[in-house]
This record gives sequence, structure tokens and C-alpha cells, in this order.
Amino acid sequence: MKVSVGHGLSGAEKRLEERGISRRHFMKFCGTIAAAMGMGPAFAPKIAAALTSDKRPSVIWLHNAECTGCSESILRTAAPYIDTLILDVISLEYQETIMAAAGEMAEKALQDAMKKPYLCVVEGAIPMKDGGIYGMVGGHTMLDICKKVIPGALATIAYGTCATYGGVQAAKPNPTDSKGVDEVFPKATIINVPGCPPNPANLVGTVVAAIATVVDKKPLPKLDDLKRPVVFFGETVHDKCERLPFFEKDQFAPAFNSPEAKKGYCLYKLGCKGPYTYNNCPTKKFNPLDKGVGVNWPVQAGHPCIGCSEPKFWDTMSPFYEEQK
Amino acid sequence: MSGSKPQAIPVTPKGNFSGPVIVDPVTRIEGHLRIDATVENGKIVDVRSSSQLFRGLEIILKGRDPRDAQHFTQRSCGVCTYVHALASTRAVDNAVKVKIPKNATIMRNLVMGSQFLHDHIVHFYHLHALDWVNVANALKADPAKTAALSNSLSANRKETAADFKAVQDKVGALVASGKLGIFTNAYFLGEKKNEAYYLPAEADLMATKHYLDALHMQVKAARAMAIFGAKNPHTQFTVVGGVTNYDALKPERVAEFKALTDEVIAFIKDFYIPDLLAVAGFYKDWSKIGGTTNFFSCGEFPTDEYDLNSRFLPQGVIFKRDIAKVQNFDPKLIKEHVAHSWYVGDKALHPYDGVTEPKYTSLKDKDRYSWMKAPRYADEPMETGPLATVLVAFARGHKPTVDAVNFVLKQLNVGPDALFSTLGRTAARGIETLVIANQMQTWLDALVGNVKAGDSELYTPWKMPQEAEGVGFVQAPRGMLSHWIKIKKGKIENFQLVVPSTWSLGPRCANGKLGPVEEALMGTPIFDPARPVEILRTVHSFDPCIACGVHVLDAKTGKTASFKVL
Repeated sequence: MKVSVGHGLSGAEKRLEERGISRRHFMKFCGTIAAAMGMGPAFAPKIAAALTSDKRPSVIWLHNAECTGCSESILRTAAPYIDTLILDVISLEYQETIMAAAGEMAEKALQDAMKKPYLCVVEGAIPMKDGGIYGMVGGHTMLDICKKVIPGALATIAYGTCATYGGVQAAKPNPTDSKGVDEVFPKATIINVPGCPPNPANLVGTVVAAIATVVDKKPLPKLDDLKRPVVFFGETVHDKCERLPFFEKDQFAPAFNSPEAKKGYCLYKLGCKGPYTYNNCPTKKFNPLDKGVGVNWPVQAGHPCIGCSEPKFWDTMSPFYEEQK
Repeated sequence: MSGSKPQAIPVTPKGNFSGPVIVDPVTRIEGHLRIDATVENGKIVDVRSSSQLFRGLEIILKGRDPRDAQHFTQRSCGVCTYVHALASTRAVDNAVKVKIPKNATIMRNLVMGSQFLHDHIVHFYHLHALDWVNVANALKADPAKTAALSNSLSANRKETAADFKAVQDKVGALVASGKLGIFTNAYFLGEKKNEAYYLPAEADLMATKHYLDALHMQVKAARAMAIFGAKNPHTQFTVVGGVTNYDALKPERVAEFKALTDEVIAFIKDFYIPDLLAVAGFYKDWSKIGGTTNFFSCGEFPTDEYDLNSRFLPQGVIFKRDIAKVQNFDPKLIKEHVAHSWYVGDKALHPYDGVTEPKYTSLKDKDRYSWMKAPRYADEPMETGPLATVLVAFARGHKPTVDAVNFVLKQLNVGPDALFSTLGRTAARGIETLVIANQMQTWLDALVGNVKAGDSELYTPWKMPQEAEGVGFVQAPRGMLSHWIKIKKGKIENFQLVVPSTWSLGPRCANGKLGPVEEALMGTPIFDPARPVEILRTVHSFDPCIACGVHVLDAKTGKTASFKVL
């Protein structure tokens, strides 16, 4: 179903009806979003109110030191699909990977977007060393761009392990002194959605929650002490793992070619970091179609979890193929 | 094709502007790129390609467990995901001298093939198309005529006027809202028409619809890849010694992969290739703009991981566009220059001998102007990527490639010379996609056959040596990628990445020779310096992916051992 709603204008529901989209269909769509957030159907009307509000904010997406895997991950969202998300649900005013404009016209798009209320999504860490010269966009350091955009945002979602905690470039010895957004902007309103890359469902849910917060003055979703939404990051990968019964019976795969590996036994002895990693990979999985769950995730593919959504996992969880000490 | 051919070949309009034209940021790429051009009387007479991000991954890798390298290096790039994981795994496989099971090679090939199919669809529709397609102009199209045009391009298309009207409504709603989102300030917008865009409105509307359709199709292509690769982006199923994914050997998983892949391949044949040919048919003047001189490929899709000559797409080197004389690829001839990069020194060194210290100057510096080094092969700049892969395979008489090239050239009614251009590069990406798509079933059949015959081995045990060296070559969607590892006391002593985008988008070398994208941009006409879409056309035709292009190594010396290159 394609839903085209707010576009910052009033009378959204009437326009939907004119285009043959019934309220029932629209609410079903909102229910999908609520489900994506791990919330009950009662939350759907609040989402509907947020999405059809006149005051729906724009979204500015910044790229810092990163690999663009987080942008790619959001292209894989299926509830809703990306075209619905960026053309109908939010207005994505600046996003270097997919925006049509380039150069000065792109910079102008950013400046214009900042004149209206906006949410900010940040992908990538901020290089701090030597005044930030290791990362530049349009002649400005990423640090300077973040200083201009993040303090004025209604809320900032740090998306991916680089933006949340520094990520791969911040692994020892962190040659460019890269840092996560929260560390550089401790006073900003920040929600962390870590993962390398994260499950896009976790971003869609967080964006919609942030819109609901801004538009309906709802409280922010409940965050843990690392500023992660508890609905997505409240349990460990291990807690929900399909191989947990093997762990509980002490049935482990000792090698990747062992009969136990072929039978799908627990990967803990091969280095799995699931017990130390808070994320919803086993239940959401990756690469879904429509409203279904994803098609696969690392442990199902026989590979140990590397703990990619935890702070400093590149240093604290490695070597990845050894039992955690 | 009859409905798509314009009456006469248009001529790219040229302005009369003289002065600097800087595009920064170059959007719709991976990474941070700046193009600094000097224009005289409407044509580029000087240009610099500058990479704007430095991360230092190779420094980070030193002292770590060699098995972990693939996870770090895969984070070089999330667009061409998997290719770095594969290159690192091959490099360590090579260093520890493990011969991986046949099924592991096939599964790696299937994931790599899926990556090509996904990546090239996204590049054409979502990173490149807006350089040719005017989304705003689509509003002026007649939906019925658009349906007729579209359905004339493939017998399998069944699109209706209502389908195209719905897309017009969607675009119209965006315009009415005053919030254009990702289309804000596009080079096709503005008070005055940008004459550099000249598709008919119906072709613009057709392409706009397929831009949206392809957003859904790429979800399926990535999903297929994840069945074998665990997830996309950033696969997690390779290990030194093979792969781990026994679950994907189940018949129901193979069937799921086949169904998704078949759907993606049908989209490639019925939409991507015909759309590519239709758009190219209107922009034929771009077959004379944006060419380069030298090309090479290490080949891809092996049956024997250590023999470059076992690869389905062949390795080879072409100098001075002479496809009659294709040479064998010799890794010893690679050197990296830093004379015009933000590093100390000016010596050209083999990757293993390189010593590098970052030293940033400024964006105004015309002498040292990029975080990328300038790799050269036999002292020459080399283009790598789909055009190089296709030219090498064509030159070697690789039948699937020869057939696909001849089909495309015939459809466009142009000769082989047209390949040496921006349009040729974009067409070659489609050709490469088609050739790989047609091979997917063969690999899948081989895997299924082995499993039915009782062979479900995916992993060969091995032991970490105290000291070793290895190299892994991957012909990625963006071209030749190599990872070089040196192991000491069981840890990484040195790790080196030589990546496609430094070959294609790096700066000048010590001999003053321009990098390929710089060479390609010379002489390009610019109609409107405020909306220089012509620069984007050629830059995007290389599919820049440059976060991985920037690196530091601190190697001592060494040479490749035990890797059978030729």
C-alpha cells in the first residue's frame, strides 16, 4: 500500500480519502509502524496523528566518517519501503547518498532545511584530531557541520555504531581521534541506534517515535543508560537466540567443519558474543520483505555474533573467533 | 526499440562560461569527493579529483588476529559490501595455505554474483539516473504515450497509463507540498531550463517510475544475497578456510534464493537493460565524451581460489585502447605514488614497500590535493571496473561477454569505439550485470549437485603460521581490489588495501599523469556552471566508492609468496 499523507499541509486525511486511501488502510499502515517499533496496536493512532500533523518536521541526514553501510541499510527497509518512508512519511531534505543535488546546490539544500524545524540523523563518527581535518564536506570539517546542525535539531538520532560510539575508525589506536555524537555533544537530545549496520526497522521505529515526541509532545521512547531505545535493545542476542537450547544443554560446535556445526549447535566456543550484546537480531533478523521478519542473521548462517552494536566492540569483543574472556 | 530512438543525435549544449567550477560534495556516491575544475569557454581545461576523508584502517589492523581482518576491512565500504571481506579472507586463506572446499568457493561466488546484481541496479537507477533523467519534466508526460513507449522496450512489460499517472501524482504531490525532499535543488530544477537534460517527457516519466520500482527490487536482490551471506549490508558467513552457512544448503533455502534471484534477473532483462539502452539512445553524444586510455582486470568468480586463470571473467591488461593486444596481469608492476597526495614524500613504491605519513596542506593547494594515493601499473594510470572487465573479456573472446557487447552495440547502432566513453562505461556496467546474471544458475546447479552427491563440506581446518604473507584479489563491482597481509607471531604485522577507487579516482602521479577520472573529465562541455550535471555524469559513470580509497600503510618490505597469479 502506498500512503502519501502530510507534506506539511493540513487536511491530510481528507486528501487520503480523495485518493482512495481509506482511514482503515491508513491505520493499518500505522499499525505496521507501531509493530516495527515493538509497540502495541494502541500506539497506532498516535503515529497517525504524528504523520498527518501540519508540523511534521524535515529530516537532515549527515554523513561523517563512515562506510555508507548505514545509508544502504535503510534502503533495505520493507515496512514501509524506502520510497514511502522518504517521500510520504518524512521529508528527507539532505542525504548525500541519494539526494539529486550536488555541490553548492546541495549545501544550499542543507542551509534551507535548517531554517525549518528538523530532526537530525547522523551516520558516521566525528574525526576530532587536528581540528577535524581528516573529514571534510564542501570545504568544512565534519565537526563544524555537526556543530551547526546538531544543536538546532529537535532531536538527533545517532544511527550505527560509528555515530553512536565512534565505530571502526575509533578502534585502537584511533588514528583520527574519532568520536560518537553523544560524546561530542553531551547536551544535545540524542537517541542511539547502534549496529554495524543497524537493523533498519530499529531506525524506522525510532524516527517515528521521535516525530511523535516532537509533534504530540509525547515522552521520548524509554532509553537505557547508553541512550538506546529499550524496545529494541532491552535483551541480549543470546536471550532470544534460536540456538539457546543447545547452550543450555552444553551442546557446542567445537569447529566450523564439525558435525555439531552442521547440526546448528551453539557457537559460543567459536567466539559468539551474543551473551554480551544487546540487540534484537534473532527476532527481527535482516532483509525482510513487506511486513515479514528478515530472511537471515549471522548465527543462523553459522557465524558467531561479533557484538557489533556494543560500544568499542572492535576492541572489547575481539579476537572475534575466541571465547570472550 | 522503435519507440525510443530519437530522430537525430543531439549535441550536448556548451555554454561560454570561463572560471572555476567546484563540485563538493559530490553526492550519490559512497564517501566524500571533491571535483575542482577549471572551465574555459564552456569546456573543462583542468581538473582535480580530491578525496576528503581519512580513516587509517591499516594502522588499526596492526597487531590484531589475522582472522578478524575481514570484519574490519568490510567496514571500508557499505555500498560495495562483502568485497573487502572476501579480499581479506582470500588474503589470509592464501597466507595460511588452506585449500577451501569447492562448495565454499561456489557459495562465495553466489554471494559475489548477488552483490553485482544488487549494486549495479542501485547504481544505475539511484546513483546515476538523475544525471540523465529530469523528474520534474515527467509531470509534462502523457501517461498513455509513456505506457506505449515503455511496453515497446520489452515484450514482458505490461505497464498501464494508470501506473504512470500514479507516479505523476506522487511527484505532483511532492511539488505541491513545497517540500521536494531528495529532489531539492536538483540540477534539472531551476527558473531556467537546464538544456543539458534532453529526454522527452515520456522517457523521463518512464525512468522515474522505474527509479521507484527499482527501490523495491533492490530489497529483493539484497535479500537473496543474505540467504547465503547472513545479511546485507555487511555479510557474515566467510571465515578463513571457507564459509559457515550450512543452513543455506537446505533445499528450501536454495529454492528461496532461486525464486528471488530469478525475479531480479527478470527485472535486469526486462527493465534495467532496456531502460539503459533507451536512455543511452537519447544521449548518444556522450559516446564521444569521458573516455580514458588504459584498462585492467584481475578477473572474478574462480573455480580454484589460487589461480587467476580459473576465473569465469578473465584477467588482463589493455594499453592505449588496443584490444587486439591484451596482456596478462602482473601484480609486481603496481606502484603507488604520493607526490600529489596529502602524505610526506614523493617516491613511487610497490605496496609492500610503502612508508606513509599523512600531511594535510589545504583545499587551495593545487600540488597536493587528495587523501588518495595515485596507483600506477607499469607507470600508467589504469581504469578498472565494469568497462575494464568488459573490454578485457571482449578482447579475450569470452563468449558470454562478446555476445552481450555485440547485442548492446547493435541496439545502439554504434561501433566498439563508443565503449571508450562515459556512455560506454555506463553501458558496460549493464553488460557486466547481464553476463553475471546469466551465470548464476550454473553456480547454483553446481552447489545443489554437490550436496545431492553427498558433499556438504564448507570448511577446511588449518593452522595459523608464525610467519606468512598472502594476497587476495577481487574484481569488485567497482574494479580491481587487492588486500596484502604480512603475518608475524600469528598477528597482523602489515595489512594493505589497494582499492578500485584509488585506481579510477586518484590524483596525478609523480610523472604528472592525470588519474583516470581527471583524464575523462578533460574537455567536457559545461552548459551551466551553477548546475554542472555534465561533471556528475562522468564522475558517476565510474561509480565512486571512496571511503576505502584512503589509507595508510607502514610496511617494511616483502613480496608475495606462493600465490599463483598466472
